[in-house]
Amino acid sequence: MKFIDWLDERLAVRELVKVMLTEYYVPKNINFLWSFGVLVMLVFAILVVSGIFLLMYYKPDAHLAFDSVNKTIMMDVEYGWLFRHTHAVAASIMFLVLYIHMARGIYYGSFKPPREIVWITGYILFVLMSATAFTGYLLPWGQMSYWAAQTITTLFEKIPFIGPDLVVWIRGNYIVEDATLTRFFALHVVFLPLLLIVFTAIHLYAVRIVGSNNEDGERYTKEEKKHGKGIPFWPVFMAKEFFVMSVFLIFFFYLVFYQYKFAMDPINFQPADYLQTPMHIYPEWYFLAFYEVLRGFFFSQNLGLIAFVLSMFIAAFLPWLDKSPIVSGKHRPIYKVLFWIFIADFVFLTILGKLPPTGLYAWLGFVGSLIYFAFFLALPIVSKIEKKKVAGGR
Amino acid sequence: MTDEKMSRRDFLLYAMGGWAAVGVGGVLYAMYKTWEPLPEVKAQATVSFDLSTVQPGEFKVISWRGKPVFVLRRTPDMVQCKDRSVKDEYTVVMGICTHLGCIPNWEADKKIWHCPCHGGEYDACGKNIFGPPPRPLDVPPFKIEGTTIVLGEEGSEYKQMKEKGLTT
Repeated sequence: MKFIDWLDERLAVRELVKVMLTEYYVPKNINFLWSFGVLVMLVFAILVVSGIFLLMYYKPDAHLAFDSVNKTIMMDVEYGWLFRHTHAVAASIMFLVLYIHMARGIYYGSFKPPREIVWITGYILFVLMSATAFTGYLLPWGQMSYWAAQTITTLFEKIPFIGPDLVVWIRGNYIVEDATLTRFFALHVVFLPLLLIVFTAIHLYAVRIVGSNNEDGERYTKEEKKHGKGIPFWPVFMAKEFFVMSVFLIFFFYLVFYQYKFAMDPINFQPADYLQTPMHIYPEWYFLAFYEVLRGFFFSQNLGLIAFVLSMFIAAFLPWLDKSPIVSGKHRPIYKVLFWIFIADFVFLTILGKLPPTGLYAWLGFVGSLIYFAFFLALPIVSKIEKKKVAGGR
Repeated sequence: MTDEKMSRRDFLLYAMGGWAAVGVGGVLYAMYKTWEPLPEVKAQATVSFDLSTVQPGEFKVISWRGKPVFVLRRTPDMVQCKDRSVKDEYTVVMGICTHLGCIPNWEADKKIWHCPCHGGEYDACGKNIFGPPPRPLDVPPFKIEGTTIVLGEEGSEYKQMKEKGLTT
């Protein structure tokens, strides 16, 4: 007790705990989907810890990388396999949890005023996480690692004027080589995680300021939440969160111990060979939808590329595409339908992304890509209709 | 040095700001240069290859700048291509699919290159004849010296090809 007083005098810990935890209120009218923010943090922590242990044996060198992963870590290091499988499964599940977290935000209008900064920082976090996944994927230096990096870096060639030079600059060689591996290693291990932590801090700070959204999109003052409309984040909200985390961890470690293969591409157990392309190159499941948009405009490579970049970033502009005064999807019948079409389309594109882009599949991919963009382009129109409805009185 | 409108304090502020900007610029330039290929990589920019070592109908792959270059000595039963030959009956093209950078396989029975990634096909001249590839296989910069081809230098034959827009 004495120590706390001593610390409080120097660091104002009591005030900090109040602001961040005990006097930060979460609305009562939320459902289990609001647990996914904490789950993202949990998976990130698992990734950092397992990553640090992998780092102790991994060798970032084109000649040594493959064996350091597939022999040293997997066969020689005690429980090395556990850390590798944990890291691989966590990377995969991170995106599942992130997508649910984002879809929750889209459905309940968590990007609407005053939460634009929460949404933008969240989106930056998603992009950083994608970059982290992409750079990390090269490190085992298997066939899929290598060719994924090769094809994605090749995309930069299409940038007018500077494209070809830019690709060589990014790779540090005319092809993906040792220099590419070592710089991706640096980005994956230090630079991107650091940025992720910084933006996570801003993201959480922004949430503390504007508060969590809720199912009905109602705006509550801190006082209202303090007296009946909400619960303290700590210990009340987190108590249930620990239960959710426990259930999640059962599911997670079931995957790690029994179903880890879904996160390990068999092709990646062949060492990288820059003179031999695998039969089919495809990204991990969480990038398939975007990959399908890239292939969807099969009649024009440039259109496909533009669409691909757009599909990755368009959701960041949701606060300005959807200006409807009604916040929550729960009270927006048209929006609700569009939302579920969008989700179904995203799943559809993900499935197509794994299929060969021939004949009918090529056309389906094209249609799917159009539906993807149609959702975002329909939002200004939906906003207008809903504005009229609200003005006319409900 | 200082005019009447600018106080000593303002001047110091601008001087410091300017100097800091120079420093930031220098740091960014150093970072940019750090990512450039190493000298040993740049040194492998040119490769020589003797075309006469390839038999008619034979297909060889040589490595240039870490990328595969296809050398095919065509036989009369293959597609004829005056414009895209580096020399007589030789097709020399980058072995990189113009769609997404995979490496096509030579299928000797069909006399085409078939790309395993997305099903693109190229004829013996390297022309795209099917699938997603947007253009023929690129012709690398080359110089002909007798029966030897030097990759990475632009000779007169290459320049003529480039003018006609046939290299890509």
